[in-house]
Formats: sequence, C-alpha cells, structure tokens
Amino acid sequence: MIWNEKSECMSEDEKKQLQLERLQNVVKKAYENVPYYRKRFKELNIKPEDIKTLNDIKKLPFTTKTDLREAYPFGMFAVPEDDIIEVHTSSGTTGKPTVSGYTQKDLEIWGEVMARALAMAGASKKDFIQNAYGYGLFTGGLGVHYGTQKIGATVVPISAGNTMRQLEIMKDFGTTIITCTPSYALYLAEVAENEGITPKDLKLKAGVFGAEMWTEEMRNEIEKRLNISALNIYGLTEIIGPGVAMECEDKGGLHISDDHFYPEIIDPKTLETLPEGEKGELVLTTLTREGMPIIRFRTKDLTALRSGECSCGRTSIKMDRITGRTDDMLKIRGVIVFPSQIEKALLRIEGLEPQYQIIVTRPHHMDELEVQVETSEKLFSDEVKHVEEAKKMIEDHIHSEIGLRVNVSLVEPKSLPRSEGKAVRVIDKREL
Amino acid sequence: MKLKQISIFLENKKGRLWKALSIMKDAGINIRALSIADTSEFGILRLIVPEPENAKKVLEEGNFVVKINEVIAIGVPDKPGGLDGILEVLNKADINVEYLYAFVAKRGEQAIVVLRTEDIDAGIKALEDGGVTILSSEEVYKL
Repeated sequence: MIWNEKSECMSEDEKKQLQLERLQNVVKKAYENVPYYRKRFKELNIKPEDIKTLNDIKKLPFTTKTDLREAYPFGMFAVPEDDIIEVHTSSGTTGKPTVSGYTQKDLEIWGEVMARALAMAGASKKDFIQNAYGYGLFTGGLGVHYGTQKIGATVVPISAGNTMRQLEIMKDFGTTIITCTPSYALYLAEVAENEGITPKDLKLKAGVFGAEMWTEEMRNEIEKRLNISALNIYGLTEIIGPGVAMECEDKGGLHISDDHFYPEIIDPKTLETLPEGEKGELVLTTLTREGMPIIRFRTKDLTALRSGECSCGRTSIKMDRITGRTDDMLKIRGVIVFPSQIEKALLRIEGLEPQYQIIVTRPHHMDELEVQVETSEKLFSDEVKHVEEAKKMIEDHIHSEIGLRVNVSLVEPKSLPRSEGKAVRVIDKREL
Repeated sequence: MKLKQISIFLENKKGRLWKALSIMKDAGINIRALSIADTSEFGILRLIVPEPENAKKVLEEGNFVVKINEVIAIGVPDKPGGLDGILEVLNKADINVEYLYAFVAKRGEQAIVVLRTEDIDAGIKALEDGGVTILSSEEVYKL
C-alpha cells in the first residue's frame, strides 16, 4: 500500500523542482538562524543565494557528528527554544550524544515518513503493531509510535525487552506487525521456538527491522523462522530518526523519502560526490525540518543510490542495504573487514545459530581475529575430529568471504550475549 | 547389539563439567560409564546412562548441545592380554577404532569396554565373528 501517492510517486521533474525550492529555503533558514552554519558559510565565502540548482549543493559545507557534538546541547536549533516541543538524543555509543530538537511541524513530518514506511510493510488501520523499539530518548520507539498513530493502526507500545511478555502479548493480542532490531527479532524467534510457540499460533505478517546493520542472509533466517516478511528500515537521530528510508515489498533497496531528505553519495576520502550507483558514504540534507535543519550530514553509512520507478510504483530514490559504516570497519592486518561480511558467511552454514561475536586482539604485534560461534547439534559429534572439521569448515567459509584466516571458537549454546537493542558484535581489544 | 551413548559439548571453561553433571544429578540419572576427550579448546563428555533420551532432554534444557549415537559394549576377559585379543580381531578385519573406554563395574570375570568403530555394523560383525561377547543395553544398565 502506498501511503502518500502524491509525494511517493512524483515525476522526476516535479520532484527536482520541489527539492530545489526546499533546499533553497532550508539553506536560507540555517544561514539566518544557526550561528554554526553562518560561520561555515562565511569561511567558504558562500551565500544562500548561490544555490541556484540542486547541483550547487556541492558548494555547501558538510556537517559531521563532531560538529553536532560541539554544538551540544542546543547549538544547532534554528528556532527559539519555545518552539521546540520534543528532544531526542543519539545513543551516545560512540561518544557524547547528539541532540535533535523537533517543532510541531517536525513531528508531523516524522509521523508522515514513518506512516509511509509502515504502509510499505502492509500496515493499515486494521493492524496491531507491536513496537519493541525502546521508548525514551532513543528515536526508535516514538518514531514508530507517531507513524502508527498517523495510519490509525493500533500501537502496542511495549518497548524493548521482556521477551516472554513480548511473546505472550504477540499471541494474545494477535499482533500483525513487529518493529524491533533484527537481532532482537531473531532472539524472539529463538525463545518462541523454545517455548513451543509456532508461527501458526501468531498472526504476525511482517517485521520492520532497523537501528543496526544486518544482511540478506539474516533476513532469510528471520523470514523462515517467524514466517513473516522482514523489511529493512533506516534512519538516524541527527536527521529525524527512523523513517528516512524503508524497503517496500520489492526488497530491492530502501526508498528514501527524498521530498524531505536529500541524499548524496561521496567518497569518504576525497569527499567528492560520486555518480549514482557507486558505493560510498551517504550524505543527507534535511529539506523540511524547522527545529534543526542539517546540511550535508555525513552519516558514515556505506551504500549506493538507484533511481527510477520501482516495481511497487514509487519513484522515490532507493539506497542499497547498508553494508558497513566507515567507523565499524575493522582493519585486520591491513585488510578491511566489515562485521556484516562475517555474518554473511556464518548464515550460509546450515545448522548454525546466527549468534556470533568477533574479538580482535593483537598478541604479538599481529592482529588476530577470533569469531565465537555457538555450537549446535548439527555441528557437534561424539568424535573430536568431526568437531574440528566443523570448526575448520566455518573458518573456510569466513576465509572465502573476507580473504583472511580467522580462528573460530565453538562456544556452548546461548552463551553469547543476546541484545534487546543494538547487538554488540565486535570487541576490539587491540590498543591502537 | 548397539548401545546408545550420549555426547555433550563442553567449552573449556571452569565449572562446565560440573554443571553438566549436576543437571544429571538433579534428574536422578546414574552414570554407568564415562570418558572425556579434551582438546585445547573444547571437550567432549561421553556417557553411558540408562534412558539416554531423557538425559539428552534435561541437558538440552540446561543449554548443552547433546548428541546420541551408537557404540558397542563388549565383555573383555579380565586378565593380561584380554583387550589385546579383541583389538587384534578388529585389526585383522581392518576396522578402525575411533575411541574406547572402560566401565568401572565388572560383569562376573569380565571387564566391560565401550568402543566406537568408524562403521558400527562392520565392527559388530567382526567382533561377533571373532567370538567376542557383545552386551545388550539391558545388560549394561543392570551393571
């Protein structure tokens, strides 16, 4: 179902015109009301009037997470504090959190883009949406909440955690759509299986999963175990929260609400804009936000953009599934490794639980990568040699994916930590 | 006659063996024979217990990985060279022994040994042809 046909299926010309008008407007507001942007524009000797075409966006300065931290807490607000009616912060996992301020209109936009996202998962008034994203300063919970209310679906604001309760409510209320992190979805599936709850006992049809990176293989696993359609949602607190982009049933990339968020792809080293289809760092500009307009925010997420009409009928530009972040990229003996590659390799192995942890050490000035994997009945044997073969087989799978030899450790089932929010997959013990 | 053995995966971590054994204690399971194969990274605890299916169930509830497979229990003359004669039988039949371990209990004048050959059926046949006593599950559990 398309929530807002007018905005989501616009013609190319119409959209470009709208984006330009909105860009000119947001640049002017940022320049006039945010001292940080005024200063940056002056340093680069540019004025809002210099933005005559969409291509002129390249003249504008980038905004980084560090810039936002320096403005902590309210330095990026473009309206008087009286007009800000809600604040959120990023999780602060990589340093001091960044603050995001919303006006009444900003919250309406957020509800609108989230409604579009949930509609892509088939949500309508009839649905029960169990929202297992954390409510609070984290944008996940309330973002989904506003979207469900806009649609008129019934939101079950259960928040993250309390797995037994999640399953009980899912069963008793007849939840049709679940929203949470993909790692938590897998954990729910695992606990459900242990409790003898099968997909037949549930009315679940779709899941809206995001807030962490995941792979196609993980999607297959979740879809198989919960018998649902697992869709990928993307967003970030600095821009608005979840709902910046979302997958439709086509599952071939995420539609960016590009009438509200203008995407570019840059080479993270040269900072040059890359042509469509090339992979690089995603840069986003808010086109309509009042409370905190953000110009050319460097997301650190790696993806590529693809335009053209989708099989679902939408014309909004699509981005590929995020395959890595410039900052969770690991450099092991000079080779670039993303945790998602290891996940991909592991999920190709039948009978393996998709729970893993990557431990990086540097014992003798040489990087060592250990991947801890939970043993399953399928991998286990009464004979040592067969267990060692299974271990080697996993090592070979990872080797062919990342090009490096790693050491796989088999650990006991359910011994790796399960997350209720963002999964911690990498423990880097190197002192770099 | 095949005998069921349960194998349990143990991480090389303090307290894991104890944990597995205390789960069985709580379930009132009496261990008839046991062996541990250990490597630098993990161990495999192999057990002969009455009602192996039940033991597997309670251990799995305690989050252990458990596998049931078949082994052969044989009676070995309790005198020097007793086991040697049996291995000779297998060697002549060109059958590879993966591992073996002994029961604490005895059966009359015979010691009891559990062994695992690569091909269980071929192992049983060779032993039978060589006149070795093979014990049934019932006989083993009664010990």
